[in-house]
Amino acid sequence: MTLTFELQKQKERTPVVAQTVFLGLGLVLLLLAPLFFYPVFLMKILCFALFACAFNLLLGYTGLLSFGHAAFFGGAAYFTAHAVKEWGVPPELGILVGVVGAALLGAVIGFFAIRRQGIYFAMITLALAQMFYFFCLQAEFTHGEDGIQSVPRGHLFGLLDLSQSSNMYYFVLAIFVIGIAIIWRIINSPFGMILKSIRENETRAISLGYSVRNYKLAAFVMSAALTGLAGGLKALVFQFATLTDVGWQMSGEVILMTLLGGIGTLIGPLFGAALVVTLQNYLATSEFPVTIITGVVFMACVLLFRRGIVGEFYNSRLGRRLGFEHRQKH
Amino acid sequence: MVLAARGLRRDFGGFTAVKDVDLDVHHARVHALIGPNGAGKTTVFNLLTKFLQPTHGTITLLGEDITNTAPDKVARMGLVRSFQISAVFPHLTVLDNVRVALQRPNRLATQFWKPLSALDALNGKADQLIRSVGLEKERNALAADLSYGRKRVLEIATTLALDPKVLLLDEPMAGMGHEDVGMVAEIIREVARERAVLMVEHNLSVVATLCHHVTVLQRGEILAEGDYASVSDDPRVRTAYMGTEEA
Ligand SMILES: Nc1ncnc2c1ncn2[C@@H]1O[C@H](COP(=O)(O)OP(=O)(O)O)[C@@H](O)[C@H]1O
Ligand SMILES: [Mg+2]
Repeated sequence: MTLTFELQKQKERTPVVAQTVFLGLGLVLLLLAPLFFYPVFLMKILCFALFACAFNLLLGYTGLLSFGHAAFFGGAAYFTAHAVKEWGVPPELGILVGVVGAALLGAVIGFFAIRRQGIYFAMITLALAQMFYFFCLQAEFTHGEDGIQSVPRGHLFGLLDLSQSSNMYYFVLAIFVIGIAIIWRIINSPFGMILKSIRENETRAISLGYSVRNYKLAAFVMSAALTGLAGGLKALVFQFATLTDVGWQMSGEVILMTLLGGIGTLIGPLFGAALVVTLQNYLATSEFPVTIITGVVFMACVLLFRRGIVGEFYNSRLGRRLGFEHRQKH
Repeated sequence: MVLAARGLRRDFGGFTAVKDVDLDVHHARVHALIGPNGAGKTTVFNLLTKFLQPTHGTITLLGEDITNTAPDKVARMGLVRSFQISAVFPHLTVLDNVRVALQRPNRLATQFWKPLSALDALNGKADQLIRSVGLEKERNALAADLSYGRKRVLEIATTLALDPKVLLLDEPMAGMGHEDVGMVAEIIREVARERAVLMVEHNLSVVATLCHHVTVLQRGEILAEGDYASVSDDPRVRTAYMGTEEA
């Protein structure tokens, strides 16, 4: 009796240990990465990874496919860039402006979109995001086709000089880790449980008295705000904000990253983002048209790994033994 | 009288699925809604719980007009339903299914900053409900892995978790094994001591032993009403519902 109990406990401990080891290893790799790769390249990956993880909070954990997340990403980039450059606020405050702006934008777009389901939901998010795109094209503060350029990175808390790329890298990494931690907390919270149940059976959730619309809207705004975190960060990394980040192609790209990495896995989108950004970087110098290659890679991945790269790993024998499979279900 | 409907009607295009239905559901009584397939029983449930909007008619719950109330609000007011096709959260465990039902009434549904372990506070109540429907062996199994009958039992447990004032059960015993039918009948009898129950049921022996009042629906209209003995003696009911005079 005690023996089986002990065995069971050990069985449960293996995955926890394995997962902690994986997490630690990942963190060490990220800390050491600037020794091997260009910091800007790594920061780009981290920004897009956070973007994709925030997007996945909606797609993977609430079951809502938004086709307008570029509005929050690119919008936040504009807000942060404007705040830092024109108002002269410090970078931490600039990013906060981006986050709040994206959240407000998310509240407006979400308010209209959550009234519809499935493809109609996606179409409304796309349409409203396109309206925002045209607003950005016309508005004064975005400087149209030029965008907001030479955005200063400033000093973090007035101390740390972010124009030094290693300082900037660790700042981006810290924000990334905080962002992922927030997403993890939301998913694994009482609120996250209700999101899951809505995704599983919306009608039953309603009949249990949950105002499903409010929960969806809350998830939408959270996802938009976290996307804004990624967008604001990106404006500081590249020191500019342009129309590219609000265009519909950007909304498509984040869907691609998320699907490639694995919907409904916390870190899947990180791998998807890394893959897409790496591809874009290496292909940018080649003669081949990037979009065709990414398209082909996407097709191949969807056909080979239906659950996404990380999703397939979780479901593989090794993944199951390490106790990842269960995670994905939730 | 806790739930009342007057002149309830619902059209689907040119087809009238429910027509001129008056219904009174009383506290501490089990009320059966019976009738052949396609008679409109599930549609009546959908109307009463506001999952469908009536074309005509009014609905009152606990003295309040709910004719234009949203379905989640109706549930929060104490009218909770189960579904004809079992409605559980398939990729949640039995325990989590019950806890999701308990979360809202216990004000543990909106906290996105708290860890999942905050829900352990609901385990006592959840386990009590799980035990009351005999699911303790399956407590940590995924709902998707349960047999059909056990899923239905789980759905009843989650419905009871809300401690509703009125229960609407749509064929709660369909697809259940013999033992579960007896157990669920016992549970319904028990909960009806302090609540109103309206149920759709095809098993007439269950209706005979469990229900105080029977309403027979046919082609969307009420054909007969009364206690089981008088209704089952009605020759119109015999031909319509049982298909034959001597059933
Ligand atoms: N959403 C709907 N659209 C069109 N017709 C419907 C709809 N729901 C039910 N009906 C029709 O209404 C009638 C009654 O159905 P239902 O209430 O499910 O019957 P019961 O539960 O008594 O078997 C059926 O003829 C059915 O086809
Ligand atoms: Mg029915």
